[in-house]
Amino acid sequence: MTEIFGISTQALFGQLLIGLINGAFYAMLSLGLAVIFGLLNIINFAHGAQYMLGAFCAYFLLQYAGVGYWWALLIAPVVVGITGILIERTMLAKLYKLDHLYGLLLTFGLALIFQGIFTNYYGSSGQPYRLPEEFAGAFNLGFMYLPKYRAWVIVASLIVCGSTWFVIERTKLGSYLRAATENPAMVQAFGINVPRMITLTYGFGVALAAFAGVMAAPIYQVSPLMGANLIIVVFAVVVIGGMGSILGAVLTGFGLGIVEGLTKVFYPEASNTVIFVIMVIVLLIKPAGLFGRER
Amino acid sequence: MAEPAPALAAVPSAQPRVLVVLGVLAALLAVAPFLGFYPVFLMKALCFALFACAFNLLIGFGGLLSFGHAMFLGTAGYVCAYAAKEWGLTPELAILAGTATSGLLGVIVGALAIRRQGIYFAMITLAIAQMMYFFYLQTPFTHGEDGIQSVPRGKLFGVLDLSNTLTMYYFVLAVFLLAFLLIYRIIHSPFGQVLKAIRENEPRAISLGYDAARYKLLAFILSAILAGLAGATKAIVFQLASLTDVHWTMSGEVVLMTLLGGMGTIFGPVVGAFVIVSLENYLSAFGEWVTVITGAIFVICVLAFRRGIVGELAAWWAKRSH
Repeated sequence: MTEIFGISTQALFGQLLIGLINGAFYAMLSLGLAVIFGLLNIINFAHGAQYMLGAFCAYFLLQYAGVGYWWALLIAPVVVGITGILIERTMLAKLYKLDHLYGLLLTFGLALIFQGIFTNYYGSSGQPYRLPEEFAGAFNLGFMYLPKYRAWVIVASLIVCGSTWFVIERTKLGSYLRAATENPAMVQAFGINVPRMITLTYGFGVALAAFAGVMAAPIYQVSPLMGANLIIVVFAVVVIGGMGSILGAVLTGFGLGIVEGLTKVFYPEASNTVIFVIMVIVLLIKPAGLFGRER
Repeated sequence: MAEPAPALAAVPSAQPRVLVVLGVLAALLAVAPFLGFYPVFLMKALCFALFACAFNLLIGFGGLLSFGHAMFLGTAGYVCAYAAKEWGLTPELAILAGTATSGLLGVIVGALAIRRQGIYFAMITLAIAQMMYFFYLQTPFTHGEDGIQSVPRGKLFGVLDLSNTLTMYYFVLAVFLLAFLLIYRIIHSPFGQVLKAIRENEPRAISLGYDAARYKLLAFILSAILAGLAGATKAIVFQLASLTDVHWTMSGEVVLMTLLGGMGTIFGPVVGAFVIVSLENYLSAFGEWVTVITGAIFVICVLAFRRGIVGELAAWWAKRSH
């Protein structure tokens, strides 16, 4: 067995892979947070809970309706996205004129409600979600085995992030969105329905979280608190990257996942905290975040 | 924050009336153990009331929403418990050690967090608090999931035996009242007024020559010290320092208490703390539904009840007397 710095390459690449997988989830979740923040100016504290809802939606579909992974990947984001739209219409829309912190407090309350309800019925242990048969097995890369599903997670996450970037940065719809981020009143004056755009944006961000939840179900199991701790790490990722740029959010997500994976190899004790430490360092050097701008 | 937050604004308070209310409150609390209230329940409520007041100093008067205040409560609790148990310090010294450590942590975290504003400030404090949580989970002196147990209450100043529940209670009451007076004093000092000015319009305060960052940092440190005092006292009362006190749910809880009672009001956090602690007491049989109810209170407060109990009462009173 080959070794690098006294660590077997097998372990090294294994952790790198886990880091990439985690990074894929950081990227998808921080992307959703950034999209929502761009237009609504609120930080969606319920993002972790909505990620959990996505996973549970897939679990219910399989358990009670026999609907498999691929359909779940489509249905769960739509269903959870619609609940997001309802939340935006009935609650968040009433808060836009107030301090943005109220949006944070409201979504925090919603997160507690979702997590409390599911913990009540499912406890804090995880429900297994069967891996779709297409993904059984692994690719042999010569130096390591790459389980097919993990490869799919990375590819799918890159596709989702890439198309989101494309829609926002390269299409007409995206240009409206960016314009509304800069100056909603002006965009409205041009006859574009900004409130509806805001609603759909929140729905999309939430759907993205649910999509990530379905992707996570076969890997991490489905548990009521699966999003609670993850979301705090994603917050740190968002602070590090800055929420100004889509590409920044994606790059930071993957990058920090890899850093975390490497930390697990070289200094496992710090693997839980390394992202927070990086956040502190970034705050000292570049307070606006690596890709951010002060707003 | 682009525009000043109307709902965060404090209700103008007539100073003498506040002192009268405080006097009545102190008298009520002094006789409460004889009116059938459990001293342990009251002590818990008082510790949380102090914690919420410390938090309120930051959000209500500085406009800074910290989502990581549990780290100050928990850190002081751990240090105080360790000092009392392993070093055999007397309770007042142990509490002092815990409070000072929290203050020190407040200097570091505050200096970092005030580099960003608004929502980022909340996320940064939350993230740093989570880092502290993992630190306390892994470091040996906290005994991980078990926490530091059977902390001796000891003798106050080497004389007063705190293992007597009533003695303990009056000590906690004294700590609470003194800290409350201090907070009251801070709010009405020139420092407090500048803080308010910064909350209302930071660029204007800066243009008037105030060093906004320094004021915010000082407010953060004061809040951390007072939160630490609450945590250290709590550790002595319950003879326990555990991970619960550093977990993010605790940070959320103190936000809830303050929001429910009334952000930016003097007595709001006290009322909020008493309501939430009693609620948890009575609902503890319902298990996880408590989380759901807590979340629901958050949602209701934000949507319909932003001034909180005390704020709404004060507004009602002001309207009536006009």
